Amino acid sequence: MASEKIPGWKEIPAGGVIAEAGNAIHYKTGDWRSERPVLDKETCINCLQCWVFCPDGSIMVRDEQMTGFDYDHCKGCGICAHTCPVKAIEMIPEDDAGSIATDEWGVRQGKKEEADKQ
Amino acid sequence: MSKTRALTGNEAAAQAMRQIDPDVVPAYPITPQTELMQIFSSFVNNGQVKTEMILVESEHSAMSAAVGASAAGARVMTATSANGLALMWEIVYIAASTRLPIVMAVVNRALSAPINIHCDHSDTMGARDSGWIQLYGENSQEVYDNVVQAVRIAEHPDIQLPVMTTHDGFIISHTMERVDTLDDEEVQKFVGTRKANFPLLDTAHPVTYGPLDLQDYYFEHKMQQAEAMKKAREVILEVGAEYGKLSGRSYGLFDEYLTDDAEYVVVALGSGAGTAKAAADELRERGEKVGVLKLRVFRPFPAEALAAVLGRAKAVAVMDRSEGFSGIGGPVFQEVRSALYGKSQVPVSGYVYGLGGRDLRIDQVQHVFHDLKQGTIYDEVPCHLGVRE
Repeated sequence: MASEKIPGWKEIPAGGVIAEAGNAIHYKTGDWRSERPVLDKETCINCLQCWVFCPDGSIMVRDEQMTGFDYDHCKGCGICAHTCPVKAIEMIPEDDAGSIATDEWGVRQGKKEEADKQ
Repeated sequence: MSKTRALTGNEAAAQAMRQIDPDVVPAYPITPQTELMQIFSSFVNNGQVKTEMILVESEHSAMSAAVGASAAGARVMTATSANGLALMWEIVYIAASTRLPIVMAVVNRALSAPINIHCDHSDTMGARDSGWIQLYGENSQEVYDNVVQAVRIAEHPDIQLPVMTTHDGFIISHTMERVDTLDDEEVQKFVGTRKANFPLLDTAHPVTYGPLDLQDYYFEHKMQQAEAMKKAREVILEVGAEYGKLSGRSYGLFDEYLTDDAEYVVVALGSGAGTAKAAADELRERGEKVGVLKLRVFRPFPAEALAAVLGRAKAVAVMDRSEGFSGIGGPVFQEVRSALYGKSQVPVSGYVYGLGGRDLRIDQVQHVFHDLKQGTIYDEVPCHLGVRE
């Protein structure tokens, strides 16, 4: 987002009108998160309690399997981690996100214990 | 073909509205505007207009309904006074910022407290920063002419801003004067049909009005507003000239009365300008070189053109019909002095007059001219003309 040129006053519709329908898809609302959830897939039992309780539709599910988080829209509220009955979801500070190996959807790579030792 | 009638200011505004035949008029009554809307509502009742009239529960709702209808694509008009305008406040700004070309006749009345139903300009002067274009009318003829022109100015593709026309409560609103009106067809042709940019009723092209607009875009939208307001000067002149061809009465940003060779000039707006002209006439008979500059357009403020005229005088007095409570003079005084800054050394003197409907007398304006001639200049603290010690 930061690299995209933001249009100037001559380039946008007057009066704050949004003239294009359905363009909220371009609006990434998760950029002010201070903590992010990460998933330990080995522990996860795919009960999908997180999917039910997430207020932002940011839990990714495919074929009834929990597959991770939509970080473009997740605000980091932590409800998923609080709700998880097996503690498969952990909230970590955004600043530490780079030091924990996950895929792009926040699923830990390798065993949780091994990852934490690194 | 024009027709000469005897009309009060409120009748003149209502007749102009009848001829414009706006799509939607949301309104709530308040003295001295009540009569204007009562007359217009009789046109609605008698089927003389196709207007959808919405009787709402407050002025806040009146302006809200105006915003909604205008966003839908309708041509919208309303009217109010004083406390009614104050209650609209939040939505007055939203109408301008959303770039909705609503036309509103404001019948100037003093704001409470203490409660007062008579004329001063505290209501519309308070709205000077709201983003509305403001046209001040001196008499019933100008009320009529300004209302008709306001539609064209507001809806101009480069402008898309709401316009407030004003006339002085009771002094103009309830005083019968000679007014030349156009034929209904001439007005219809002059105002044409509104072409809205993003009408909500165009369901094939859905749009969002009034979204959250934060640090990343709000500033740009304000810049657009500022540019449209700046551009409005040209458009007001264009529309005024075109209206002149149609009616024989051309309109500019301000009126110059005997200013060509005038050494002392009084600046006034509204009905006070008429009194000032009468005062100037009497002094001219005695050989005094005096003139009057009547401001018609207060927003946008015609600074450059005004400075060119006033810069020629030996001294200028500015008449404010609102206090402003800045401690350094009324709003018109401040803008006029600011317009002259760096362009002319002409002394500018500030007078506050006529608050709460107190009459401005011809001899009082002559006294102002006398002050200018004597070199008595109120440039730090205004003179409150006619207030009792």
